[in-house]
Amino acid sequence: MSNAKELRASGATPLVEMKDISISFGGIKAVDHVSVDLYPGEVVGLLGHNGAGKSTLIKILSGAYQMDTGEIRVNGNKVEITNPRDARAHNIETIYQTLALADNLDAASNLFLGRELTTPFGLVDDSAMEAECRKIMHRLNPNFQKFSEPVSALSGGQRQSVAIARAVYFNAKILIMDEPTAALGPHETQMVAELIQQLKAQGIGIFLIDHDVNAVMELCDRASVMKNGQLVGTVDIDDVTDDDLLSMIILGKRPGVAAA
Amino acid sequence: MTETTSQPIPAQSKRGLFQQLELDMRLLGMIGAFVILCIGFNILTDGRFLTPRNIFNLTIQTVSVAIMATGMVFVIVTRNIDLSVGALLATCSAVMAVVQTEILPDMLGMGLNHPLTWILTIIVGLAVGTAIGAFQGWMVGFLTIPAFIVTLGGFLVWRNVAWYLTDGQTIGPLDANFLVFGGTSGTLGTTLSWAVGIVATVLALAALWNSRRAKQGHGFPVKPAWAEAVMAMIIAGSILGFVAILNAYQIPARRLKRMLEAQGETMPEGLVVGYGLPVSVLILIATAVVMTIVARRTRFGRYIFATGGNPDAAELSGINTRMLTVKIFALMGFLCALSAVVASARLANHSNDIGTLDELRVIAAAVIGGTALAGGFGTIYGAILGALIMQSLQSGMAMVGVDAPFQNIVVGTVLVAAVWIDIVYRKRLGAR
Ligand SMILES: Nc1ncnc2c1ncn2[C@@H]1O[C@H](COP(=O)(O)OP(=O)(O)OP(=O)(O)O)[C@@H](O)[C@H]1O
Ligand SMILES: [Mg+2]
Repeated sequence: MSNAKELRASGATPLVEMKDISISFGGIKAVDHVSVDLYPGEVVGLLGHNGAGKSTLIKILSGAYQMDTGEIRVNGNKVEITNPRDARAHNIETIYQTLALADNLDAASNLFLGRELTTPFGLVDDSAMEAECRKIMHRLNPNFQKFSEPVSALSGGQRQSVAIARAVYFNAKILIMDEPTAALGPHETQMVAELIQQLKAQGIGIFLIDHDVNAVMELCDRASVMKNGQLVGTVDIDDVTDDDLLSMIILGKRPGVAAA
Repeated sequence: MTETTSQPIPAQSKRGLFQQLELDMRLLGMIGAFVILCIGFNILTDGRFLTPRNIFNLTIQTVSVAIMATGMVFVIVTRNIDLSVGALLATCSAVMAVVQTEILPDMLGMGLNHPLTWILTIIVGLAVGTAIGAFQGWMVGFLTIPAFIVTLGGFLVWRNVAWYLTDGQTIGPLDANFLVFGGTSGTLGTTLSWAVGIVATVLALAALWNSRRAKQGHGFPVKPAWAEAVMAMIIAGSILGFVAILNAYQIPARRLKRMLEAQGETMPEGLVVGYGLPVSVLILIATAVVMTIVARRTRFGRYIFATGGNPDAAELSGINTRMLTVKIFALMGFLCALSAVVASARLANHSNDIGTLDELRVIAAAVIGGTALAGGFGTIYGAILGALIMQSLQSGMAMVGVDAPFQNIVVGTVLVAAVWIDIVYRKRLGAR
């Protein structure tokens, strides 16, 4: 954890800066002038009530939504992210809360969706993709065996591991995880925690949305709390207790001790 | 996260015969239904249904609907519909009729039956079909008007554009070379048909062998060798058997005499010549092969199925689903134009009612062939088999002497029943 902290203290350029982001749907201000940032090798937790605007905020970063106002910088450079392809081009990978899998396709097709491996003739190379898929799934979830079935035949946890594999496979530098453990059992949740530590050690920056305050305390370096579309505050995990985080979420106020 | 380099692949446990052959149960069901249908009609018509002559006719009658049905699979897989295909066929046919009988011969002074007329005509027709399809796709994809509405409007518009272009009159006779694409006037003859059959068999077996090799190369489970051999035999037998049947349909002596005399030759006594493969059937086979490769082995095809399975997931994966919709409808328009070539050449003229009700036949063929209206599922071969089943039902009943109203009642009932059986089958399978 200290690595990212030192990096931050040394005044290095953040991996991602989202500045003064706003978006509204109809009359609802889903995200209201929110700023967050992320450093290499850092895990930043995003917390808040249901409907606080967490998913909407990260969907702006992943190109699913377009912000009304604000700016995004990657490695200090201002970038335009108008669709998911742009986000991928900046090595931003996302595990969506809804998983975003095509149920009628198998694990390998989902893993490579939009980035298929092709033969020299330009045709999709299913065998090669399945072989790669078997490799990465074996690393993430050794019990996974259903390679030739459509993902609709998989359990919630198995689907989750396909979604995680898709984000991890393509050398993400910035990883967005929207409740990645929502469908997982205790053992699988532990595996995701280990995975996050591994990725962090490789210098990947992670935005982690999670309702479990204990998990955030354990995995994250900093936490940003949102309420009703607004940012309550960003705190260093080392400076707060889980009760402080809870009161930020519930009351929408920063505890007196915290300093970001 | 344990580190291991190789992973176990589950041992092949005891599996049923059909599973070892890895045959698609739905495909088997459709083939079974088709075989029963053919045998039934053959009994009812005292053996007139399964003659080379009738099989030949059945095949060339199916081509036009079958070509469009392959495109309809993509449209329906992406949760859209195209109600305008019959009308679009009519517009393409009308444009091509005007081009080959008026514009090229008279206005451009190329004269009748110029050797370039047919190809220029077809290029114009395909371009018009593709452009109209793309335009409709643009309205669906970019203006987000539901496909049902866009193509319902298109149904009225293009049917009447065709009428306007031709003043509602039948235009004919069409260019002599153009008629080659219709059926009886354009067949390969026996020798060439055998050659095509043998080449096709070799290619199909090579493809089978290749896919086995690729799987083995990655260490994936493959079918047992005997199962592969059975598949190879079935494939070779079907292709060569089909060629043999079409070769067995002999050109009537009088027609043959006329054909030879037209070439300035006299007919030797006792000469028999088989028709062989019609050019229109070759077009259908080529379309089927290309469309199957597109569906299974190209990114475009992969995106079509992904979008049908989960449009949001496709979009979030960076697929430009709007542009995809434009391409799918453009392809549908292209195939309508191709069908227009075959249909008008078969009739040897353009008539005002060409393609009437084809939209329903095409949709029915795709749906009977296992394309799910909920999106995400469908096969090219299924749609073609669906078209063949529909056509067999229709001409079989006509041969048996079923009254016209009852013919349509039966076809309608079969359509609904087929979809119901499909739903039951999917539920059994546990698929959604
Ligand atoms: N596509 C949309 N159209 C209209 N309103 C939306 C849309 N997406 C989100 N909203 C609204 O924006 C607000 C924030 O939603 P968001 O999904 O970001 O919440 P969240 O913090 O991720 O909640 P949860 O913890 O339940 O996942 C909600 O009021 C929601 O109703
Ligand atoms: Mg959310």
